[in-house]
Amino acid sequence: MSRIKQCLETLKANNKTALIPYVTAGDPAPQHTVAIMHALVESGADIIELGVPFSDPMADGPVIQLACERALEHGTSLRMVLGMVEEFRKTNTETPVVLMGYLNPVEAMGVHPFTDAAKAAGVDGVLLVDLPPEEADMAAPHLKRAGLDVIFLIAPTTTEDRIAAAAKFGSGYLYYVSLKGVTGSNALDIDDVEKHVNAIKALTDMPVGVGFGIKDAATAKAVSAVSDGVIVGSALVNTIATNAENPEQMRAKVKELLSSMRAAMDE
Amino acid sequence: MSTRFDAETLANIPDHRGHFGHYGGRFVSETLMSSLLELERHYEKLRIDPKFQEEFDADLADYVGRPSPLYFAERLTKQVGGAKIYLKREDLNHTGAHKVNNTIGQALLAKYLGKPRIIAETGAGQHGVATATVAARLGLKCVVYMGEEDVHRQSLNVYRMKLLGAEVRPVTSGTKTLKDAMNEALRDWVTYVDDTFYIIGTVAGPHPYPKLVREFQSIIGREARLQCMEKEGRLPDALVACVGGGSNAIGLFYPFIADEQIKMYGVEAGGLGLETGQHAAPLCAGRPGVLHGNRTYLMEDENGQISATHSISAGLDYPGVGPEHAWLKDIKRADYVAATDEEALRAFHTLTRVEGIMPALESSHAVAYAMKLAKTMDKDQIIIVNLSGRGDKDIHTVAKLDGIEI
Repeated sequence: MSRIKQCLETLKANNKTALIPYVTAGDPAPQHTVAIMHALVESGADIIELGVPFSDPMADGPVIQLACERALEHGTSLRMVLGMVEEFRKTNTETPVVLMGYLNPVEAMGVHPFTDAAKAAGVDGVLLVDLPPEEADMAAPHLKRAGLDVIFLIAPTTTEDRIAAAAKFGSGYLYYVSLKGVTGSNALDIDDVEKHVNAIKALTDMPVGVGFGIKDAATAKAVSAVSDGVIVGSALVNTIATNAENPEQMRAKVKELLSSMRAAMDE
Repeated sequence: MSTRFDAETLANIPDHRGHFGHYGGRFVSETLMSSLLELERHYEKLRIDPKFQEEFDADLADYVGRPSPLYFAERLTKQVGGAKIYLKREDLNHTGAHKVNNTIGQALLAKYLGKPRIIAETGAGQHGVATATVAARLGLKCVVYMGEEDVHRQSLNVYRMKLLGAEVRPVTSGTKTLKDAMNEALRDWVTYVDDTFYIIGTVAGPHPYPKLVREFQSIIGREARLQCMEKEGRLPDALVACVGGGSNAIGLFYPFIADEQIKMYGVEAGGLGLETGQHAAPLCAGRPGVLHGNRTYLMEDENGQISATHSISAGLDYPGVGPEHAWLKDIKRADYVAATDEEALRAFHTLTRVEGIMPALESSHAVAYAMKLAKTMDKDQIIIVNLSGRGDKDIHTVAKLDGIEI
């Protein structure tokens, strides 16, 4: 059983929702990332989504675009990100790590070499934002054969047959994008989220995480009541950006934000 | 004449997934998928709807001013001393470039789909102007995304768009050029997808864009075929067009693909020279990858990060290229070459002085290569160069390079 599946099943058995923070690897600089990952775990993260920086992150808003730019200025490459996961695994073999990014850096490395290297580094899942199910035949089967979970996005506009395709090609969990727009957008309608998550669950047994628009304890709590996982990205990346000058304070603020979400979810 | 390209083969390029061989496709976030599928559904219906076609043809005739002439550049031909050089005069279109053929078509789609707001990305500003123009005509709200650097390089076109009632939004992310404007337009589209139609300006992007832009631009090649038959009693021996994203080139090439005896040359922006890395020539010096929703040749580093590009012409300053060009290159149906900034600039001056026609800097790349090519051909052979746009917008750039203050 994959680390992701194990983690989500255990949480479910304990009636808890997964807290899934996203940070961009290499932001504000590569030497900070592993320490930030440990800080996330200490604040109650169940799964970590580690962003692989890309020069043209089309599905992301300004917060994550800038994080990518900062990481790339420091030369953060996909190989370096895998090195960070390897480093993290030296002291943490429990917390699943999902790489989230865009297809091109993976293709530049080659799907097969990437799969081997990711597996060896201790990566558990891969979410490629610009790889929808109909184009996934070149990468998804290979990743899955290697035991890596392939996570697909579901949008508010996704039709039933496409949800079924994502469930068929995917594994681990489905990532429901809670609103139209890019990461870091505003205005989450919780009733609407609940309706969509239920519609997805009617079609598949796979756990459903919800991301986009979760920025504080209140939204985290609301979303945790209607889903299997709360994915928080831009709010954390913002916290990292505003405290980049002082690494210790940066980790403290990250912990503060994530712990407040964890506490609200567990109330 | 045997050909690899019978009607059935051509009809299946791209296939139902938008693939041109290995290239093309639909590599976008799920959030955009439903809009693309909706666009494809409507477009497949409308392209065979006589009413839509009639309206499109009428607009091309009365609003754009088509057909554009096929002009024999007699003095240029004499000066070069080789094949006959003909110019397909897309510079004479309303708005001064080929871009309007496509914006007219897509704005009609927007109208038929009932979308009150259109958005576009632009590099040189030609596509932005062509979009703002059709928006004004149809009374649609229009927002144009333009890299901050291009906003400075092409201030005249920025003002033009504003006069036409469009809002120009400078893009400050990434390299602040065309590729970043496209990222920003995609972000807008995914946010306001219910009432917004995204008019992509070239034959790149996710399926069905490369196909539908090709369809709207193919009028160039269809006219050129007829005009060449009328004037010369035969088809040309070679076609030459500049390639940034590649819409004017596909527009000229597509109706000739099955005629394998006709050579096709796409001229990329060689910038300061391919060896310097300061260029925008993915087909000549890049490798396949995935950007902006399609698999195609890209300029990227070893880690798959997209490179900054350089060209004297903002309209060619793009690190990717339409997937159909990537396919034509791989199957060796078209040749892709590069002309440097300097060669383009020389061609700009030559055509201006010898023919009294001032080409856009983009089109000057095609003229530069055509002059080289003509020299190697016989006097009775024929080259058609796509003069994709006029040079008014570039006068400031040219003056600056010539050390003249305006």
